[in-house]
Amino acid sequence: MAQKRVLMKGNEVIAEAALRAGCRNYFGYPITPQTEVMHYMAKKMVQIGGNFVQAESEVSAINMVYGAAAAGARVLTSSSSPGVSLKQEGISYIAGAELPAVVVNIMRAGPGLGGIQPAQGDYFQATKGGGHGDYRNLVIAPASIQELYELTVEAFNLADKYRMCAMILGDGTLGQMMEPVAFRDEEPIVTVEKPWACTGRGDRADHNTVTSIYIDPDVLEAKNVELQEKYKYIEENEVRYEAYGLEDAEIVITAFSTCSRICKNVIRQAAELGIKVGMIRPITLWPFPTKIINETAALSNVKAFLDVELNMGQMVEDVRLAVNGQKPVYFHGRAGGNLPTQKEILDKIVEISKGGNV
Amino acid sequence: MIDFSVILAGFGGQGILSAGKMAAEAALFEGKEVSWFPSYGPEMRGGTANCSVVISDEPIGSPVINDADVVICLNQPSAEKFESSIKPGGILVIDSSLFSYEPSRTDIKFIAMPASDIATELGNMQFATISMLGCLSAATGCFSRESFESSLYEVLPERHHAKIPGNLSAFDKGAAYAK
Repeated sequence: MAQKRVLMKGNEVIAEAALRAGCRNYFGYPITPQTEVMHYMAKKMVQIGGNFVQAESEVSAINMVYGAAAAGARVLTSSSSPGVSLKQEGISYIAGAELPAVVVNIMRAGPGLGGIQPAQGDYFQATKGGGHGDYRNLVIAPASIQELYELTVEAFNLADKYRMCAMILGDGTLGQMMEPVAFRDEEPIVTVEKPWACTGRGDRADHNTVTSIYIDPDVLEAKNVELQEKYKYIEENEVRYEAYGLEDAEIVITAFSTCSRICKNVIRQAAELGIKVGMIRPITLWPFPTKIINETAALSNVKAFLDVELNMGQMVEDVRLAVNGQKPVYFHGRAGGNLPTQKEILDKIVEISKGGNV
Repeated sequence: MIDFSVILAGFGGQGILSAGKMAAEAALFEGKEVSWFPSYGPEMRGGTANCSVVISDEPIGSPVINDADVVICLNQPSAEKFESSIKPGGILVIDSSLFSYEPSRTDIKFIAMPASDIATELGNMQFATISMLGCLSAATGCFSRESFESSLYEVLPERHHAKIPGNLSAFDKGAAYAK
């Protein structure tokens, strides 16, 4: 049963969703534009007897996450781009130790300290590793506040199921905007046994150890292979995307999160000009929806792809790999915290439709 | 109504973001889709602030507005900045108690209303933006007075309910300038 729709800010919805998912541990360090996640947690955790710590830095926050996850608890941290860079070492350790944790990145423009306005420049960092070593994070990119709520709850389930880091990747727009959200009366929490958790030896014969250090190359290689098998399974089973208008599209837009919403308006405007444009919106950025993009590229009605991002061209590389040379893939990106206008995307579509050089 | 868009702009502290939220709440009360997106960052009291509100019968595409149906301004820099962001045939509303302005465009409707004077008269400066919401409602029908009133009772904590009649007076006085 869904409750009445209420108007809420994206960042607050993330925190509320985490609480509803049974998360009682939050560790973070403030940074624009995600700080409202912390505000909300600071207020609520006290009321419900959970743990909230504003750590002295992002590095210590992510290591507190490691600790809570190792003890078997549901745990959240959130930050924005420069802060998430600082967390990368801990995220790699979490991957190595196979711990379930949810990390939120409400992206701002970079590199470096960059700016505070919305961007999607951390796509590479989120999907290709970010930290050191051979590992993956589940990367989930909601496009609306309702989806942000549902997918944050889901992120906790997925993290527990696969014992890995699930990252919610949004941008400043998603974090700062308000939209109606209808909460469910009951969350679909999937409870997973955690016999590996360090909860004190108790009646167990041996004590549990959570670690990411494997000095023996053969042991570590076996661990690497095991991780890759898990990742392969996820690639086959957890891909999510939204697609529409593909059956008669002349041009297919690929865009994620906020950017896909701007494109949605453009698709309507293009239709008024008689240009049929479809959309593939990856919801999971890793695992990436390679198959649907590859199959769509094979359609005879599809002439070209246009990838639109709030960066200078990152996801477009995965789109090109998926298209695999079957059709041209064009790119339009804005950076620095600027968003593309509908008009500039529409102009690009018109050019592509005319077969022009874009 | 599809993607009806309003930009509210002024100085931080004038209640711009709250007014935008109240407009969104009123439209939400009618069962519409709404989005509210603020300017954020270093702008605090005294700096500039603005927010974009989109109201629609369908799921909203972009919460970011390039061409607004209505722009409501409580200071001159905002009017200068956002006049060009209005659709042809759209409306620019300014608080003429605070500044005078002459739009350079002739393809938009211009409403200069003494919002702050209305608020002073009613004894609460917070009513300035409310009177402008009244004007917005009357000029465009993007949400009704009834929805505005009901949403106030729903959203405001009970300790503030005594202030609602005053809000409605401001709303009605502002609505008179929509003509």
